[in-house]
Parts: sequence; C-alpha cells; structure tokens
Amino acid sequence: MYALVDCNNFFASCERVFQPQLRGKPLVVLSNNDGCIIARSNEAKAVGIAMGEPYHLAKPRLKKFGVHVRSSNFVLYGDMSDRVMSVLAQFTPKREIYSIDEAFLDVAGLGDRLEAHVRDIRAKVLQWTGMPVSIGVANTKTLAKAANRMAKKEPKHGGVFTLRSEADVEAALGAMELQDVWGIGKSLAESLARYGWATPLALRQADAKVVRSKFNVIVERLVLELQGTPCLSISDVGLAKQTIISSRAFGRPITQIEEMYEAISTYVGRAAEKLRRDGQAAGALTVYFHTNRHRPQDKQYQASRTVTLPAASAETARLVMAAKEGIRGIWKDDFRYKKCGVVLFNLMPLEQVQGSLFGTPDDDQTIHLMQAVDGLNQRYGRDTVLLAAEGIRKDWRMKAGLVSKHYTTEWNEVLEVGDERRRA
Amino acid sequence: MAGSFRIDVGGASGFPSPADDYKQGPLDFNGLLVSNPPATFVVRVKGPEMQRVGIFAGDVLVVDRSLPAVDKAIVVAIVDGEFMLRRYRVREGKVWLAAEHPHYGDIAVREGMDFELWGVVRHSIRKHVVMEG
Repeated sequence: MYALVDCNNFFASCERVFQPQLRGKPLVVLSNNDGCIIARSNEAKAVGIAMGEPYHLAKPRLKKFGVHVRSSNFVLYGDMSDRVMSVLAQFTPKREIYSIDEAFLDVAGLGDRLEAHVRDIRAKVLQWTGMPVSIGVANTKTLAKAANRMAKKEPKHGGVFTLRSEADVEAALGAMELQDVWGIGKSLAESLARYGWATPLALRQADAKVVRSKFNVIVERLVLELQGTPCLSISDVGLAKQTIISSRAFGRPITQIEEMYEAISTYVGRAAEKLRRDGQAAGALTVYFHTNRHRPQDKQYQASRTVTLPAASAETARLVMAAKEGIRGIWKDDFRYKKCGVVLFNLMPLEQVQGSLFGTPDDDQTIHLMQAVDGLNQRYGRDTVLLAAEGIRKDWRMKAGLVSKHYTTEWNEVLEVGDERRRA
Repeated sequence: MAGSFRIDVGGASGFPSPADDYKQGPLDFNGLLVSNPPATFVVRVKGPEMQRVGIFAGDVLVVDRSLPAVDKAIVVAIVDGEFMLRRYRVREGKVWLAAEHPHYGDIAVREGMDFELWGVVRHSIRKHVVMEG
C-alpha cells in the first residue's frame, strides 16, 4: 500500500506559517525575478488569478481583489520541505521524496489501523511544521496519486482519501481527465483517445498487453498500475545527480563581458558547492546566455558553448576558468543580455577521477581549502568567502522586492514576537 | 590520491594518546536545546510581557511545536492574526493566556475565537555580554 503525501499550496502555506495575517486571504507567490505567478492560495484561485500569469500583467487585478504578493523565498521553502520530509521519515524509512512538496510512503502491513495511521501522519505534519497536507492511499503509486487528488479537492474527506473498494477507485478515476493521470500528458492522452481509451476508467478496462503492443512497456505499466498491480516501488536510494544546473535571470540587462564573467562565476560557484556536497566532480560544462525574448525591440542573440575539462574537477577556480573560456568564445558586444547559466555534466564520484595527458585531478590540498570555504559559507552565510571573480557588488542580481524573511535559517531574520512599544 | 591511505594514531607527536579510548565529542548545544528538529523554531522576544519569569526583550526562544500545551506552559500563540508570547493557563475547563507583567491583562480563550497555539517555549537564551570585542 502506498500513500502519497502532498502539501497544500506549498509556497503559500510556507508563508502563512510565519505570517498569520495571510491566512484565509488571497495570496500569490512570484517566480525568481518576480516574473510570473508560481503559487496561489485557494482564495487567489477563487478570484480567477491564473497559474503562470506574468506579474506585471496581473498587477491591476491583484490590486483590485486585494491579493497579497510575495517574492519566492526558496531558502525558506527548502527548509520547510526538509522539515516535512523529516517528519515523514519518522513514520517510516520507506519514504521516497518525489518533489519539494510530495513524498510517497510505503504503508503496507497496517491492516485496519491504516486509516488512523495515515490521519495521524497528517495531523503530526500539521502540528509540528504548520504545513497542511493531503494524503491519498491506494495499492499502487499511480492510484495513490489519484486518491490524493480526491483528498485535496473534496474537503469532506478531511484531507485523507483511501482507495479500498472498487467504488472508491471508480469515484477517484471518474473525477479525472485522462491527462490528469500520473505519467499521462496531453499528447499521450490524445494518442490513447484515438484508440478508444479516452478516460482513466476506460484505460483501466483495457488489456494491458494490447496497450503495450500499440504503445510501449511504460504505458503498459501505467495500465497495470491503474488496475491495482504495483509496478513501481519506493526507491529509497537517491539517484546520483546527472547534471547540476545553476542559472538566473538578471535584475537589469548585462552588456559588458566583465559583468557576464562575474555572473557566470557566481553561478559556477553555487553549482560547484552542490557538486562537492554530493562528493562528485564534473568532466564538462556548458555555459549559455541570451537576450530578453519578451523585448522584441532588443536585438536578439542566444548562444551556448560546451567546454570539456582536462580532468574532471570539483574545484571552483578550475570550473570558473573553463566557464569563462566558454563565454569568451561566444560573446558578442552590443546586446542586452537577460539571463545566463551553467550546466555541469559528466559527473562522477571524486574518487573515480583520473588524470590525463592534459590535466591532473584536483589537488587534495585545494579540495580541503574548498571544503573549508564551503564550511565558512554554510556557517556565516552565503558569500562570506567567495572568489574575487564573482564580484562583490553584483548589481545584476535578480529582483525579489517582496520577499519574506529567512525565518528558519538566519539568526537576524527570525520571527519576532512581543509588544515593542513598551520597554519594561 | 589513489593507492594511499592514512591510519589515525593520535596527536601531533604520532604516539597514541592515553585519552584515545575515552574520547567523547565536545558538548553539543543542539542536543541540549533541540529535542525534535523538524518541529523546532526560533523566535526573538520583542517586548516585556514575560519579564516576571525572566524572559526579556532581545532573548532568543527555542520553540517546539510538537509539545502539548499544558497548564503554565509558556507559549507562542496567535490571537486575532497576531503573534503573542504568554503563559497558557487551563483550569476546570477554562483556558486563558496570562502575561507575566503588571501592564498586561489576561486574555480569555473562548469557543469560536481566532486563537491558535503556535508552539511551546522549551528554552530561552539571554546574552549577558553587551558589547563584543
């Protein structure tokens, strides 16, 4: 039996834990650089604010309906996610983190204590972290996802919905479109409909072998899962990362190569920290930058370049050197650039790095230095120690005008409580 | 580098230390202050409402959301959408929030009121050094 635990309106809910004045009110959260709306509270949905709407276009309506706005606070959201996942892990080690706000749990072997156990999980997560969640329970992950949808949409279930009987399964799948099923997107749904499987219930009645002959084994598994045969289990071993990406849009356009060097060095520094934390080295990287597509009056240019390192490295300085080499190769003056980024790939565990005719693996001493720097940055805050190449002022950093505080990660930004008008 | 490994045998001199078998880590403040990490939050005190029990403005509170509110617990609560720091009182079915300062009165907690218990204060931390360095 699988339970899918999913946080309700995750970003908005994170904000509400620390800002109770936002509860019950329409609230939206903006993407990086305050570009578009990436989260809405139920009240904001009710006044017709759409997901993904560009902020500047939505502003008049947000003002008209009194919708509160926050810039995204991923430092806070990441910490709150860690807390929720940590509480779930206390219930069972068989927990698979699926996204920042979703996790699958293996809840087999509980018999008739299952419902009470799952409701207990929901209550504990809410009390301990302030995060409201919905939980769907079924004997396959795909059905658990469908059950979760019911739990979320129908308040009468109290946040938990279990698919026990055939009637339960029909109720859950009957309330969904084919493309809402986990693993089925718009185009697959259209293809399936052409064969006469236009609804989740219809697909569930299909012969899995026939579906496989028309599509592939992945879709066959999906049908089996809908039929109640588990094909996907809890993967509690995390996959080693395949690539590490670090990129952002700029708060104001960049026109000088020195500024682009500063920006790319910063993103390489971030990506390299992630690399070292995972105990990996990168054998190659791709740098890219482009102008603002939404400003057709600007000359458009986009370019990327891949640079292979002489030897795989986790050392920021070496990666920055390669990144700058890449930038130099594609740089053009007279353009207003909106975004740049770096992708580290050909990742391998540090112990496996080998030297070559062209380069030697990272020096132990340098790695120790890097780890000391990482330690300082972790303890005293990001950018306590950085490569001079990253720039100190960083005027090009993205806008986040309406961001709330880092309530759980920075000492001088914690919640403050009390009547400050009075001294004693 | 591949092919080499190190065995730690003790202090700078390279000789084993008689203390090696008795080594314990240094005192861990997290272990002292944080009982349930995912449920533990930090709050800074802004006002004098709890002075009588030695909690002053500027103090740092370690708040645990997993602790039950029992009579006399010091809690962070939300009343009418605002955070408050008070002592939780419950007696013979009646619940109220009391301050520990003469200028603040009791707040009765009634059915239907906009009241939420946010967390229970486990520890308060005061800094006694006024100026560093």
